Amino acid sequence: MSPASAMQLAVALPVAASVPIVLTGRSPNLRELVTLVTAAVVLGLVGSTVPDVLAGERPELTLLQLLPGLSLTFRLEPLGMIFALVASFLWLVTSIYSIGYMRGHHEQNQTRFYACFALAIASALGVAFAGNMLTLFVAYELLSLSTYPLVTHAGTDEAKRAGRLYLGILMGTSIGFMLLAVMWTWHITGSLDFREGGLLAGQIEGPAAAALLALYVFGIGKAAVMPFHRWLPAAMVAPTPVSALLHAVAVVKSGVFAILKICVYLFGLDFLTSTGASDWLLYFAGATILIGSLIAMRQDNLKARLAYSTISQLSYIVAGALLASSLATTGAAMHIAMHAFGKITLFFCAGAILVAAHKTEISQMDGLGRVMPLTFSAFFIGSLSIIGLPPTGGTWSKFYLALGSLEAGQMWILVTLMISSVLNIAYLLPIPIRAFFAVSADSESQAIKEAPLPCLIAIGASTAGCLYLFFDPSVVYELARRIAGGG
Amino acid sequence: MLSVLANDLPALQVVVPLVSAPLCLILARWPRIVWLLCLAASWTSLAIAIELLDQVLSGGTISYAMGGWAAPWGIEYRIDAVNAYVILIVTGIASVVMPYANQSVAKEIPADRVPLFYALLMLCLTGLLGMTITGDAFNVFVFLEISSLSMYGLISMGRDRRALTSAFQYLVMGTIGGTFILVGIGFLYVVTGTLNMADLAMRLPEVTQLRTLHTGFAFLVVGIGLKLAMFPLHLWLPNAYAYAPSTATAFIAATATKVAVYALLRFVFTVIGPVIAYQDLPFGEIAKVLAVLGLVTGSFVAIFQENVKRMLAYSSVAQIGYILLGIGLATVMGLTASMLHLFNHALIKGALFMAVGCLFYRTRSVRLDDLRGIGRKMPWSFGAFVIAGLSLIGVPLTAGFVSKWYLVQASLEVGQWPLAVLVLGGSLLAIIYIWRVVEIAWFGSPSTRAAEATEAPLGLLIPTWILVLANLYFGTHTGLTVGVANLAARTLAEGLR
Repeated sequence: MSPASAMQLAVALPVAASVPIVLTGRSPNLRELVTLVTAAVVLGLVGSTVPDVLAGERPELTLLQLLPGLSLTFRLEPLGMIFALVASFLWLVTSIYSIGYMRGHHEQNQTRFYACFALAIASALGVAFAGNMLTLFVAYELLSLSTYPLVTHAGTDEAKRAGRLYLGILMGTSIGFMLLAVMWTWHITGSLDFREGGLLAGQIEGPAAAALLALYVFGIGKAAVMPFHRWLPAAMVAPTPVSALLHAVAVVKSGVFAILKICVYLFGLDFLTSTGASDWLLYFAGATILIGSLIAMRQDNLKARLAYSTISQLSYIVAGALLASSLATTGAAMHIAMHAFGKITLFFCAGAILVAAHKTEISQMDGLGRVMPLTFSAFFIGSLSIIGLPPTGGTWSKFYLALGSLEAGQMWILVTLMISSVLNIAYLLPIPIRAFFAVSADSESQAIKEAPLPCLIAIGASTAGCLYLFFDPSVVYELARRIAGGG
Repeated sequence: MLSVLANDLPALQVVVPLVSAPLCLILARWPRIVWLLCLAASWTSLAIAIELLDQVLSGGTISYAMGGWAAPWGIEYRIDAVNAYVILIVTGIASVVMPYANQSVAKEIPADRVPLFYALLMLCLTGLLGMTITGDAFNVFVFLEISSLSMYGLISMGRDRRALTSAFQYLVMGTIGGTFILVGIGFLYVVTGTLNMADLAMRLPEVTQLRTLHTGFAFLVVGIGLKLAMFPLHLWLPNAYAYAPSTATAFIAATATKVAVYALLRFVFTVIGPVIAYQDLPFGEIAKVLAVLGLVTGSFVAIFQENVKRMLAYSSVAQIGYILLGIGLATVMGLTASMLHLFNHALIKGALFMAVGCLFYRTRSVRLDDLRGIGRKMPWSFGAFVIAGLSLIGVPLTAGFVSKWYLVQASLEVGQWPLAVLVLGGSLLAIIYIWRVVEIAWFGSPSTRAAEATEAPLGLLIPTWILVLANLYFGTHTGLTVGVANLAARTLAEGLR
C-alpha cells in the first residue's frame, strides 16, 4: 500500500469504526474487539510508512479543495510521523487498559466512551498528518469537540463545569487567537502550507512576527502555556483512560506538536533566530515549567499532581520549539514521545490505584506499594522517565533540550530545566517511596489486590516502552534529527 | 408553448406564487391540496430561479419588460448575478420550509386559519421575490409592502398572545420604514424624473440639487435599515421572530432580512452609486460603526435570553452586523463576504429555527427551562441544532466558516485588523450562547415537558436535516457559493473607484 493511502486509511478507519462500536454496544466483548482490532490495524498502517519517511519521502494527499488555493491536505513528515506513531501505539495500549478500567470501575455509557475515543484518535492523527495550517486547525477543533463528551463523561456538576472550562478555553483561544493568526498568515503569504525553511521567512517584520507567533502560541490552548492552562487540571474529572491517552498524549501533544510545526515549518528556525521573535515568549514557557512544577508539589490528589506536572512538561517542548535551534527542536520532538510514555504510565497507575484500592489522594497511599508492587514499580519507572534519569527514555530528550539551550545561547533555560528536574524528583518520587516504605494507617489495605489484568498488561507495555526508549531511541531520534534539516 | 413560457421566466418567478395565494383561499376546504399547491409553487419558483441564474451566468444580465412596455416607461425586471443569487436563496429556503410546514402548521395554527396562513406565506414569497427581481424603484416599495403586510399577518398567527403585540410593533415600525423608503424614492424622482433603476443611475450624475439627492438617500438608508434590522433599528425583530409560528420564523428569518440587504446594496451601488454613498456621504463609516455595534450588542444580549427563539433572533441582529460590515468595507472582498454570508446565514438560521421548531412541536415551549434534558429525548432534532449552531459559530467545514474567512480577509486587506478581531470575538460570544443551550438541553435533568417528549416526526426532521447537511456541504464545497458571490460582488463594485 502506498504511504499516502495508508495515511488516509489510518484516519478513516477509527472514524468508520465508531459505527460498529455503537452498533455492537449491547455486547461489550464484541465492541471492545472492534476497538482493539481497529487500533492494531491503525498502528500497522502508521508503522508501515516509517521506512518511507526515513528514506526522505514526504507522501502527500489532498482531501478536499475548500477555497481557491486552500485545501485540506495531508503531508507526512518526520515530526508528524513521531506524533502519529506515539498516538497510534498508545491508543492500542490504552484500549487494552480501558477494558479493565471501565469494567472494573463500572462506568456508565461505555459505548459513547469508545465511540468518542475513536473519533478523538482520528482527529489526533489528522493533526499529525496535517500538510497545511488549515488542516491542522480543522483537526485541532474536531479533537476539542470529540473529546468534550469524554471530559463530561460523568455528567455531574463538576464534570459539566470542567467541560465548560475545557471547551471555553480551547475553543476560545483557538478561534480568538489561532484562527486570527491563520488568517493573518494567509493574508501575508497567500498560502498556509508547511514548508521546509519556513513559509513566513522574510515576509513579515520583527514586531509583527513576534505578535503573530504569540497569537499562535497562546491560541493553541492545548499546549497549556500559562495563563491558558486551567482547562487541563479541570479536565482530570474525566475517566482515567481519557486522562491518560488524551491529556498525556493526544490532546496536549497535538498542542505542542502544532507549536513545533509552526516554529519549524511556518516561521523557519533561521528566521526565528534572526528576528528574535520567539525570545520574549520563552519567558512564558520558562515560567510555566517552574510554576507548573511548584503547583504540582502542593497537590494531594494524584491526578491533579500529574496534571500540573503535564503542564510543566509541555512547556519543555514549547521552550524547545521557541529556542529555534536544531538540537532543541530534536529534543522537543523526542520529548513528545518520551513524555507520552512516561506520563501515560503514571496515569495508568493512578487509574489502577483507583480501581483496585479506590484511593485518589496521595496521603492515603501509604503502604499501598506492598499490596500493589507491580503498579508502584511501574510508577517509579515512569517517574524516572519524567524526571529524565536513566535507564528511561526521558533522559535523551532532556539531554538534547539542554544541548539545544546551550546552542541557542539561552543558559537560563538550561538552569530552569535543571531546577525543574529537582522539583520533579521532589513531587514524584515520594509517592512510590511512601507506598513501599511507610506504614499504612488503616488495616483494611491488606484486602487490596492488584488492578485487573488488562490494566496490568497496559501498564507493563508502557513501562517497557519507557525502558526500551532508553536503550534504543533510534527510530525517534532518526526522525527527530531530520526535522530541522539534518538529512 | 414552452418556449413562450421560457421567455417569460422573470415574470413567472413572481406570478407563480402570486397566483397561488388566492388559490389557497379558494381551495380552503381541502387543506391538504392547499399545502400541495404551495409546495408545487415554491418548487416551481426554485426551478425558475435556477434556470435564471444559469442564464445570467452564461449570458449576462437579463432585461424583461413587464407587459411589453419598454423601460424606462414600463416596469422593467432586471436580473444580474446579484439578484439571481438572492432569488436562489429565497426560493431555496421556501422549497425546504414548505415540506416542513405541513405538520408544523397543522400543529400550531387553528385548522380554520391554515389556508389563510399558506396564502400569506405565498404572498410573502411573492413580495420578497418581486422586491428582488424588479428593476424599478417604485416597484421595490410596492413589493416591500406586499411582503411586509403578509409578514404582519404571519407573525400575528403565533399561538402565544404576545404574537399580537409583536406583530403590531412590527407593523408600526415596518410602516415607518416603508414610508421612509417611499419618501426617499420620491426625492430621487423629483431630481431625475424617472423611477427605473438603470435610468436613475444614468441621470443621477447630472443632478445638481445635491442636497435633495443626499436627503433622499438618507431616507432610503434609514427605511431599508429598519427592514433589515440594522442596529439600532432592530427592536421589532426579536419579538417578531420569537412569537411567530415556527414555519413563519424559519422562512422570514432566513429570507426577509436578506432581501432587505439586497435592496440596500442595489440602491447604494447601482442607483446612487458608490461615489456619492462612500465619498460624498459617510455611508461606509456609518455602516461599519452600526455593524460593529449590532454584532457586539446582538451577541451579548443573546447570551442572556431565556427564550431560545429570542436568543436566535438577537443572534440574527449580530449576523446582520457581519453582513453590513462587509458592505461598509466597500471592497470586492468585503462585498463577496457579505454576499456569501447572505447565503450562508440563510442556511444557518433556517436550520436553527427549524430545529427549534422540531423541539417546539413536541414540548410546546421554547423556554430554556422547559427544554432541560430535551437533547437526550430528541437526539436528531437537537443534533441538527448543534451542527447548525457550530456553523453559526463559524467552525471550519461548516458554511459559517467560509463567510467569516472572507470577512476577516476583507478586514485585513484594508488594514483594519481591529475589525478582524471583532469578527472573531463575535464567534466567541456565539460559542457562549449556543453552548449554554447545549449544556442545559443535554445535561439538564428532563423537565416535565421534556420527559414526555419523543423524537419529532420525519416530516419535520427531513427538511431540517436537508438544511443542516447543506451547511456542511457548502462549508466544504465552496465553488458555487464563492464563485457566484464573487461575481455578484464584482457586478456591484463596477462603479467602485
